[in-house]
Amino acid sequence: MELITKLIPLFPLLGFIIAALINRKLSKNTVAYIACVSVLFSFIGTLMVFFNLVNHHSAYEIKVFDWIQAGSFNASLTFLIDPLSSVFLLVITGIGFLIHVFSVGYMIHDDGFRRFFAYLNLFIFFMLLLVMGNNLLVTFIGWEGVGFCSFMLIGFWYKENKNNDAAKKAFVMNRIGDLGFLIAICLIFINYNSLNYTTFLTAGNISIDSPITLITICLFIGAMGKSAQIPLFTWLPDAMVGPTPVSALIHAATMVTAGIYMIARTNVLFSMAPDTMMFIAYIGIATALLGASIGLFQNDIKKVLAYSTVSQLGLMFLALGVGAYTAAVFHVVTHAFFKALLFLGSGSVIHGMGGEQDIRKMGGLKKHMPTTYITFLIGTIAISGIPPLAGFFSKDQILAEVFAQNKVLFILGMIASLMTVFYMFRLLFLTFFGKFRGTHEQEHHLHESPKSMTIPLVILAILAVVAGFIGFPHALGEAMHIHNWFDHFLSPIIGESLNHISLNTEIGLMLVTTVLIIIVVLIAKNVFITKETLPVAENAKLSPLKNLVYHKFYVDEVYDKFLSKPFVAISEFLNKVIDNQLVDGIVNGFGKITIVAGQNLRLLQSGNIGFYIFAIVSALILIFSIFLVN
Amino acid sequence: MEASINGVSLNYYIILSTVLFCIGVLGVMIRRNAIIMFMCIELMLNAVNLLMVAFSRYFGDTNGQVFVVFIMAVAAAEVAVGLAILMMIYRNAKTSDTEVLNQLKG
Repeated sequence: MELITKLIPLFPLLGFIIAALINRKLSKNTVAYIACVSVLFSFIGTLMVFFNLVNHHSAYEIKVFDWIQAGSFNASLTFLIDPLSSVFLLVITGIGFLIHVFSVGYMIHDDGFRRFFAYLNLFIFFMLLLVMGNNLLVTFIGWEGVGFCSFMLIGFWYKENKNNDAAKKAFVMNRIGDLGFLIAICLIFINYNSLNYTTFLTAGNISIDSPITLITICLFIGAMGKSAQIPLFTWLPDAMVGPTPVSALIHAATMVTAGIYMIARTNVLFSMAPDTMMFIAYIGIATALLGASIGLFQNDIKKVLAYSTVSQLGLMFLALGVGAYTAAVFHVVTHAFFKALLFLGSGSVIHGMGGEQDIRKMGGLKKHMPTTYITFLIGTIAISGIPPLAGFFSKDQILAEVFAQNKVLFILGMIASLMTVFYMFRLLFLTFFGKFRGTHEQEHHLHESPKSMTIPLVILAILAVVAGFIGFPHALGEAMHIHNWFDHFLSPIIGESLNHISLNTEIGLMLVTTVLIIIVVLIAKNVFITKETLPVAENAKLSPLKNLVYHKFYVDEVYDKFLSKPFVAISEFLNKVIDNQLVDGIVNGFGKITIVAGQNLRLLQSGNIGFYIFAIVSALILIFSIFLVN
Repeated sequence: MEASINGVSLNYYIILSTVLFCIGVLGVMIRRNAIIMFMCIELMLNAVNLLMVAFSRYFGDTNGQVFVVFIMAVAAAEVAVGLAILMMIYRNAKTSDTEVLNQLKG
């Protein structure tokens, strides 16, 4: 087991090294083969580790090597395999593998094919490092590494300036969060004298006197950046300019859930900081509502999904905020399945449409792309939370736990998830139903995607259908003697959830939710199929509220005006006044003084011996008289 | 200890050598002829020598007199070199006036 655990992150790293260093000599097929197989090997290794863990119920850590040793500080590269990390490992390598396979078909005509797979493998490596590290520093390396890969992949088509801007935006916003994370790491070391999860997270080690609220807030700021929460969420929709498989892997399934992983991992700290928890819950619900409402009016197929991701991440943070860590992790898993499915489905649509992303120009794709349609439909149903697909179970668990704690948050969460239902079905109806609205050339070009793209879709669709059953609802499960396996599996790390509700409440909630969802679906059907309403064109007049939402609440503009512009102004001031005038003035001033002094002192060297002697004598007299006076 | 050497007070020696030294300094500063300046430098040296000998006697310590002998020897060597330089300058410039010899100014 020890060897296998060590090999899990090694395979993608090897894949990266091969693809990156000797890529020119390899054919596209070889590169694709190496990249996919390396992740497949990791996945197999993960499966072995996972089943070993399930059978033996013993978490273990494996030390690879000592990294830093200075005084009492000690950091080693150690891998921790426990239920939490193994769940994330499965998601990363499993979905990672499927997306690699999908990418082979999607990127085959791209010139940067080899580069793409090199980055993708490197990303998997860093993500594994993030999740497996038994040490905040190792996690931080992975954290930065995935941020870097995300940056490179968003700006993958670097010839367009817009893509580079989006990449930079993502990177800068992530850096803001990273600073919080870094501060938290320092504070944790100062207060608890260790960075190892297994050491500092033991209950006896954490004293009430330590600034837990500050530490957890800093950790949460890190999570905000990576997981696109208010106020650092605007990079995620922009990140959609990257290739679609990247959006599926990095910006939906894995990297953006790193924040949730980190909080779930350090849940011992968070549980001791009720103020932070409340803050997280509010930020989470605000993000969920904001993302969902913006999603209602987007016309770019990927932007809709991006805002949906923002909104779903918000729900996960809401769950974290009410202490429902298991529910959050559960939603991470189910969300990874159906959101990766939806993104890959949209990738398949974009591929079929020859690069078109505007849903106003789609429609009626059902008959042209049957596999994509069916899988996309399954994804939509799953994300909407219609039973018995995966989204239902996880969302239901989150909402039930929120209900047990705070009714207002519950209603808001419900609204957010109903909006999700609406915009997802809007997307589905506009894309696959009705008449085709694109050009004739596009219609002619329409085709179902190749096997390497549809097979991952089918697998993900199956997972999106069945994955929910690993976390069967508590009360209902007890009545029906079905065990909530997922809760139980994670309980050594997270502890069983405390927010239990009675059987009748749970069934009532489920019924209400389901009925509401079906009503919303019917409304969407009425609007977009029966009445064939189309989204308005770019410049149409809208009512003020709609206009506000259509323009994404002007968040980007506000940031631009109140943060970017002043920042640029300050930078320019510093450049023009402080740097060019003050600093350069001082430096150049020294030069000028030297030159002027030299020019004038040079005149003293007249060659006149009498004058020299006069100078010597008068200086001597001066020196002696100074001595005399003293 | 009585402040006199061979019946002459030490103060007179000091004054004499100070006067001699000042004459030397002024000579070097004022005169322009290199030979005269050279002589004035010798004068300064000898003023110091005189002071040394006087104090040597005064303290009954012969080290000062030994020093003076050394200074005389070194001064003789210096004169030899200095005069040789002066000779060469004179041959080249046909003058020993220092006002004219200012070719090395910056």
